[in-house]
Amino acid sequence: MFDGLSDKLSGILDRLTRRGALTAADVDAAAREVRRALLEADVALDVVRGFIDKLKERAVGVEVIKSVTPGQMVVKIVHDQLIETLGAEAEPIDLNAPAPVPIMMVGLQGSGKTTTSAKIAKRLTEQGKRKVLMASLDTRRPAAMEQLAVLGEQVGVQTLPIVAGQTPVQISRRALEAGRLGGFDVVILDTAGRITLDEALMAEVAEVKQAANPHEVLLVADALTGQDAVNLARSFDERVGLTGIVLTRVDGDGRGGAALSMRAVTGKPIKLIGVGEKLDALEDFYPSRIADRILGMGDIVSLVEKAAATIDAEKARRTAERMRKGQFDLNDLREQLEQMLKMGGLGGLMGMMPGVAKMKNQIAAANLDDKIVTRQIAIIQSMTAKERRTPDLLKASRKKRIAAGSGTKVEEINRLLKMHRQMADMMKKMGSGKRGPIAGLANALGFGGGMPSQAELEKMAEQLPGGLESLKGAPPPGMPGSPLGGPPGGLPGTPPGLPGPGGPGLPGLPPKLPGLGGRFQGFPGFGKKK
Amino acid sequence: MTDDSTNDKGERQSWWRRLSSGLKRTSASIGGAIADLVTKRKLDASVIEELEEALIRADLGIATAATVAEKVGEGRYDKQVSPDEVKAILAAEVEKILGPVAAPLAIDPAKKPFVVLMVGVNGSGKTTTIGKLAARLKRDGHKVMLAAGDTFRAAAIEQIKIWGERTKSPVVAGQQGADAAGLAYDALAKARAEGADVLLVDTAGRLQNKAGLMDELEKIVRVMKKLDDTAPHAVLLVLDATVGQNALSQVEVFSKIAGVTGLVMTKLDGTARGGILVAVSEKYGLPVHFIGVGEGIDDLSPFAAKDFARAVAGIED
Repeated sequence: MFDGLSDKLSGILDRLTRRGALTAADVDAAAREVRRALLEADVALDVVRGFIDKLKERAVGVEVIKSVTPGQMVVKIVHDQLIETLGAEAEPIDLNAPAPVPIMMVGLQGSGKTTTSAKIAKRLTEQGKRKVLMASLDTRRPAAMEQLAVLGEQVGVQTLPIVAGQTPVQISRRALEAGRLGGFDVVILDTAGRITLDEALMAEVAEVKQAANPHEVLLVADALTGQDAVNLARSFDERVGLTGIVLTRVDGDGRGGAALSMRAVTGKPIKLIGVGEKLDALEDFYPSRIADRILGMGDIVSLVEKAAATIDAEKARRTAERMRKGQFDLNDLREQLEQMLKMGGLGGLMGMMPGVAKMKNQIAAANLDDKIVTRQIAIIQSMTAKERRTPDLLKASRKKRIAAGSGTKVEEINRLLKMHRQMADMMKKMGSGKRGPIAGLANALGFGGGMPSQAELEKMAEQLPGGLESLKGAPPPGMPGSPLGGPPGGLPGTPPGLPGPGGPGLPGLPPKLPGLGGRFQGFPGFGKKK
Repeated sequence: MTDDSTNDKGERQSWWRRLSSGLKRTSASIGGAIADLVTKRKLDASVIEELEEALIRADLGIATAATVAEKVGEGRYDKQVSPDEVKAILAAEVEKILGPVAAPLAIDPAKKPFVVLMVGVNGSGKTTTIGKLAARLKRDGHKVMLAAGDTFRAAAIEQIKIWGERTKSPVVAGQQGADAAGLAYDALAKARAEGADVLLVDTAGRLQNKAGLMDELEKIVRVMKKLDDTAPHAVLLVLDATVGQNALSQVEVFSKIAGVTGLVMTKLDGTARGGILVAVSEKYGLPVHFIGVGEGIDDLSPFAAKDFARAVAGIED
């Protein structure tokens, strides 16, 4: 039923076609449609309002990327803001407390607490290697306790034996006692579903919380929830103090605006999402996925991203030209570094490799440190314009000044200069026509393989039918495949699959990334970084 | 627990009280919003817009909220209108949409057993509604049988058995994981053999975008037709009052697959406003039979358009 929305929107947005910076009028026109989209996605009205206000503040005056319309630009900004609001980073369940760590599940009736309890228990048992005990505190719904017991058996997790006639507080005490005596790491307390207006039940859950002192209090909420999501989240947060939210039924065709509402009113992270009836259908929360759904304009967002990439490619072409002439100075280096950060840093670059996107979890876990790049940029920024153009000027006293200015050490500046020199040499060599062994390039850069080499890009592009165009959306410039578990010891000849004159697109790239199939094997190149 | 000699008036009052208290927040916020905006100034475009927003907050959805708000404004622009008047007009407009869909669930005595199939997404309250409905039908003198057709969810069978005990209704159940269509078939055969008046068939909750699960539902319907080609005689879609705009998609897809004949809205005792029912009614015009206002066995009430509309508009009784 939402099929038409995106089309209609782009229609309206297309009409705003002026160039330059976004004006208040552009933003207003787009904001009306964005408001509509958010409301259709069940984002709570007050949250929508706050969101739109912030959007206007943020979007007016933003430079519109060439070849997209102002309306499309606004949509992209909305998308980014959505991701920010939803919480840019995935926050896992925190078990950093003395065992047994109590986790309490709360929510309305039918939100999926019991199933989610079992899913979390399974995950902690299998992935976290924890010993988990589950206890049902639902003394109200017929067969609720049996349900948890059956699920426990299915996932191979112990459940607290059912004792008829106990109150939820008594059960929670018994569960924690059993958890201590049985040497359990985690005790999951599955409470009864309750409406927030029921004073007696809300008092009961608050009492359970006091008795059990849970380390995590997770609100289980249906992704299909409408405007009530704000009341729901706020009431539970006020009464029991949530630590996070689990969104269920994300596999439905709802647009999931409730996620934004709840996150906005409680400020609590969405920790996990339920994506199916099977007991392993529980995933970490990635805001961009939900953002795409809420906005329902993923096509526009990717369009703007592509346009932005084209601009970068043009810039890259100019840089490549300079490099070829041996004019690669520190300004150029900075541009390269910045572009790399813009693409999401090292982790982001990896994520863009075909086939690697699926391994995002592991990439995130590898915790690639982009600070080093940021520091290098800071170093260059602490130089005078003259120094940037002619790095040879940099002698001891200047270096000291720069180190002080950028908060780094002289050694780091030396390393940066060395890197620059090697890069410049490499560029010159390639520029003069001799195609030196590219394999050496990445290593020479001391960067594993993360340094984009624009000259290469340029060369590759010339050999591809679509020129630079065909590189859009593909791996970022100069991303060699080797650090990803390819043949050890640098790059295999040329970047995988790239040459082959006349080959369509990037032929054979995925197949030529061996070792990517299974679990992620770590990052030989990136991991150590220098 | 179940009082067989219920007098209608007493029941009416009790559910109205429940509904009102459930909708209190809704009413208070809409009512408050209306009072705020109308006492301060005369009816103009910005008043209508705020009215529209109040309706959006109640989950009516943008389109329906706009239509209703527009109607309130018709012919009244620039007039001085009291908050009570606006509420009354609003209630009347909502009632215009809901009036035609309010209809009791008619059990056709010619169909024996009269088969009622409960469908809906997970956690909407199908099993609980079956329990409550069984109690109500028993009270009306029907011989009721239950079929534990949710063979997927853990302990769903136990849950409906407990409802069977509470309502003293026999339950036809199989094993967890068994074929739901086969069970429905057996239950229908048994209900027929034992001369039950009404057979209430539970089904597993399913999201309407899961093609495989929807096929399974379609099969349940198809298989029952082998015994009685008019069965199921009623297919009730259970909608959770907290659900937002997705309810429209639920109604559309479940209707297409299982031929929904009527709606039940549950969980109206919470803060959720259930305003999506107005949008659903406006778009699909399906009969609304009952509303669920609590977890108790008697917390199922016939749907009354006027009361619902008044509650949505924030009119205190």
